[in-house]
Amino acid sequence: MHSRSGSTPEDEFRTVELERVTIVAESVLESRLIALVRELGARGWTLTEVRGEGSRGVRASEWEGNVKIETLVPKAVADRLLASLARDYFPHYAVVAYADRVRVVRGEKYS
Amino acid sequence: MDSLELLRLNLTSPMVLGFALGVFAALVKGDLKLPDAVHSAIGAYLLFAIGLKGGAELSKTTIDTILLPTTATLLVGTAIPILCYAVLRRLGKFGISDAAAIAAHYGSVSIVTFTAAGVYLDAQHTTYEGYMSALVAFLEVPGILVAILIARVASKGGASIRESLHEVLTGRSNLLLVGGVLIGLLAGAEGVKPVAPFFVDPFRGALTLFLIDMGLIAAGRLRDLKRVGGFLVGFAIVAPMINGALGAAIGTAAGLSLGGATIFATMVASASYIAAPVAVRIALPDANPAFYLTSSLAITFPFNLTVGIPLYHAFAKWIHS
Repeated sequence: MHSRSGSTPEDEFRTVELERVTIVAESVLESRLIALVRELGARGWTLTEVRGEGSRGVRASEWEGNVKIETLVPKAVADRLLASLARDYFPHYAVVAYADRVRVVRGEKYS
Repeated sequence: MDSLELLRLNLTSPMVLGFALGVFAALVKGDLKLPDAVHSAIGAYLLFAIGLKGGAELSKTTIDTILLPTTATLLVGTAIPILCYAVLRRLGKFGISDAAAIAAHYGSVSIVTFTAAGVYLDAQHTTYEGYMSALVAFLEVPGILVAILIARVASKGGASIRESLHEVLTGRSNLLLVGGVLIGLLAGAEGVKPVAPFFVDPFRGALTLFLIDMGLIAAGRLRDLKRVGGFLVGFAIVAPMINGALGAAIGTAAGLSLGGATIFATMVASASYIAAPVAVRIALPDANPAFYLTSSLAITFPFNLTVGIPLYHAFAKWIHS
């Protein structure tokens, strides 16, 4: 999908449609989830320390909190990532994962 | 001073009262929580300072002196998780993962409880071997590994030992503690002197502040008390007493002084709640954290801090006389 081009050169506004996968998980999983994200083909990720409450009240070490990992990936990678999370992490860990479609500037960097 | 008087002194120490303040704040839903980053930073400070002090003392000690206490440490570090696992499985009817996860916590050590025992002895001018904090470093890891190994053997598969080993050895608490010991050892007692105003003198104050936050966290866990059941609540009080008595006897047999045997008993009686939960969460994901966190953090830790330490001191006195 291409955005409208105004007076600015079209290159700067060209957007590509990608999926943003967001994973919120207990922080003991941080290094594992990052490794997984990279392994399944994401070029990068952003991590934030977050707080919240969900169906699993219990944390391994609750004073260490949760992390939120976001990554911009093509749809195929997003699907693999969600499938992998569902298989390996959902049964035992507090993990929330979702994907939404986003328009990304300089999107070619991510696929 | 008799044991009851010592108990009273312990209960009115700033440390224990600070912990009580944290518990109180949690019960009245007061606003007392330290920011997470501050909690982590003080935790890191305490671990590193303990290591540094122990390492500096270790530099003045010969191998012969610490050989027997070190062997004793590794021995109890291996024996206690096996004993706990057997009791939890047979008498407590826990599943393999839950029993192993709880055993890992009781096999490992609580650094804060260990430190509190040192402060308790200092307050009554009882001396103890300065290298005890090097022994703590030896006790932290085996208990966790043995318990994870038991689960692996019992369930024929599951957690990878290599991954767990990596998790425990490169975990923050182990790196800070062992790193502190090595730095103290290399720098020597003289070398540590310039940093002592930061790492030694304010130590007890920092510990007291940390305990306020620990009170808050421990009390937060009390909500799971009903879920863990009567057996585990009993276990979380009886197991430390038995382990403490065992520790006092073995520590004395290994040639430790009265103070040293008291600390050794406290180490053995304590249950980890920093290193073990993280390692266990990764290695035994199907174990229920409500069991191991509630028992080690909400029951055993406050028990040891208030009644346990004076009790182990009394055990050690009795065995020494």
